[in-house]
Amino acid sequence: MKNVLILISKRSIASLLTLFIVSVIIFIGVELLPGDVAETVLGQSATPETVEAFRKELKLDLPPHTRYVAWLKGFVHGDFGNSLANGRPVFELIGWRLSNTLFLAFTTSLIAIPLAICLGMLAALYRNSLFDKFISITTLSFISFPEFFIAYILIAIFSVQLGIFPSLAVIEKHMSFGAKIYAILLPSLTLTCVVTAHMMRQTRAAIINVLASAYIEMAEIKGINRLRIIVHHAFPNSLSPVINVIAVNIAYLIVGVVIVEVVFVYPGLGQLLVDSVAKRDLPVVQASGLIFSFIFIFLNLAADVLSMLSNPKLRQSEI
Amino acid sequence: MLRLLRQAPLSAKIGIAIVFLNIFAAIFAPIIAPYEETSIVGDVWEVFSGKFYLGTDHIGRDLFTRMMFGARNTIILAFITTFLSFLVGSTLGFIAAVKGSWTDNILSRIIDIIMAFPTLIFALMILSVMGSSVPTLIFTIAILDSTRVYRLSRAVAMDIEVMEFVEAARLRGEGLWWLMRHEILPNAMPPLMAEFGLRFCFVFLFIASLSFLGLGLQPPLADWGGMVRENAGAITFGIYTPLIPAGAIALLTVGVNLIVDWFLHLSSGLHE
Repeated sequence: MKNVLILISKRSIASLLTLFIVSVIIFIGVELLPGDVAETVLGQSATPETVEAFRKELKLDLPPHTRYVAWLKGFVHGDFGNSLANGRPVFELIGWRLSNTLFLAFTTSLIAIPLAICLGMLAALYRNSLFDKFISITTLSFISFPEFFIAYILIAIFSVQLGIFPSLAVIEKHMSFGAKIYAILLPSLTLTCVVTAHMMRQTRAAIINVLASAYIEMAEIKGINRLRIIVHHAFPNSLSPVINVIAVNIAYLIVGVVIVEVVFVYPGLGQLLVDSVAKRDLPVVQASGLIFSFIFIFLNLAADVLSMLSNPKLRQSEI
Repeated sequence: MLRLLRQAPLSAKIGIAIVFLNIFAAIFAPIIAPYEETSIVGDVWEVFSGKFYLGTDHIGRDLFTRMMFGARNTIILAFITTFLSFLVGSTLGFIAAVKGSWTDNILSRIIDIIMAFPTLIFALMILSVMGSSVPTLIFTIAILDSTRVYRLSRAVAMDIEVMEFVEAARLRGEGLWWLMRHEILPNAMPPLMAEFGLRFCFVFLFIASLSFLGLGLQPPLADWGGMVRENAGAITFGIYTPLIPAGAIALLTVGVNLIVDWFLHLSSGLHE
């Protein structure tokens, strides 16, 4: 067990270090602007005096490292500065949208993870059958399709032809939980298609990999039925790669929401990021970029830690 | 070569047909297309007809013409980007494998950090700072994508690097570039070729996504992702115009994937 703790703490420190470097890169990125933020924002109409005043306001007259520390300090305290586009605090803009994005991602994973594992097991159970081939072709196409293609097909079927779901995911603060779920059903279905395809293929591969081992053959010879072999004997041993792939896919989900949010005009963080990039509203871009990276790095860390914990071989290895 | 093609499984033949169709459209776009890329020739969202094979788009341009030119712009852009990504990624990967020790360490750590960023977010941030132009787009995506190429080519080159013939060349006193060009590269070609197909798909989808978000190729140039975005409003009226460019993107990626599958199958020797 001691080995695992050392391994995990090493991995966590590496993640923290990465996060630090990521924050520096995000900060420096803005410094690389030709001219600086003040000139970019004020544009051509700027007189030297207004630029100077604006610089003072943004504290651009201080040296970079002081500003970096102040920026990071503000970030930790939830103060992300003010949006350049409308002067409102970035925190206000982000809070509600982040919760929407997480809500969408969470709902999707609740549907996608059990679905992917069940389909993966079934595909492994009936491998090389017609069912398996059908699933494999479907998932392969979902992987190669762009997200917006799946999204528009779903819109075409469910909201235009059948008219049962709205094509825009409008969500308000005072809506009831059920109404919210109804509103995000189509975006979440789109994401489910993409993520399930990845997870299901990995689950199937992991289980089939285990099925080749001697103890499975033993169980088969004993006459245990095939479903039981897969659920009780093969699945626990393929848990490590499966958990890993689930966590990686949730990380992907958090980022993959950007496109889906834009398609369905869903008020999430991804939509905000894209809008701000187009407007070059840098404080918002910095803050949302950092939040996305933070979640992404954290989930990748979780993936590694969980697969270390669930894999006895990794627990013993000396690294 | 022809015999190999004839023996290819049906899926690979379909893939090859799709890719050739797209390349054909890309090369001969100005000849096939009935109208100019950016000229407005009809009403908004006209239906399929003999005059407009695929109807018209949101401001009345011929969609078929836009699809042809879109194929040209999107595929060329994706190809150049993938090529650049391979040039950077495999060169660095080979250097890391041949040189080893601290060169390898430093390069790998830098790549790790770039890979720790979610790709789309990184690209969005760079584009927000630099503004969206074709060179920025190509360089940003190529650099981000080269990290994956680096990982693979380093791993492949590591395996080759321990072979006797590399050792022999080294004892002969050959330099780094010679080793990379004459010993490592020819042996690393098959896995890199398959990876090229996969990376192309990824880059192609990535550019399409950025264009869809309005941050890729800028209008009035035609590109498939941007065309989906421009016509997106139509779908709520039951007009399926945006599905055409989106479907074209999907079709090409599936086609390339089918070829890659066949290629991997061939090079793994399973066909015997």
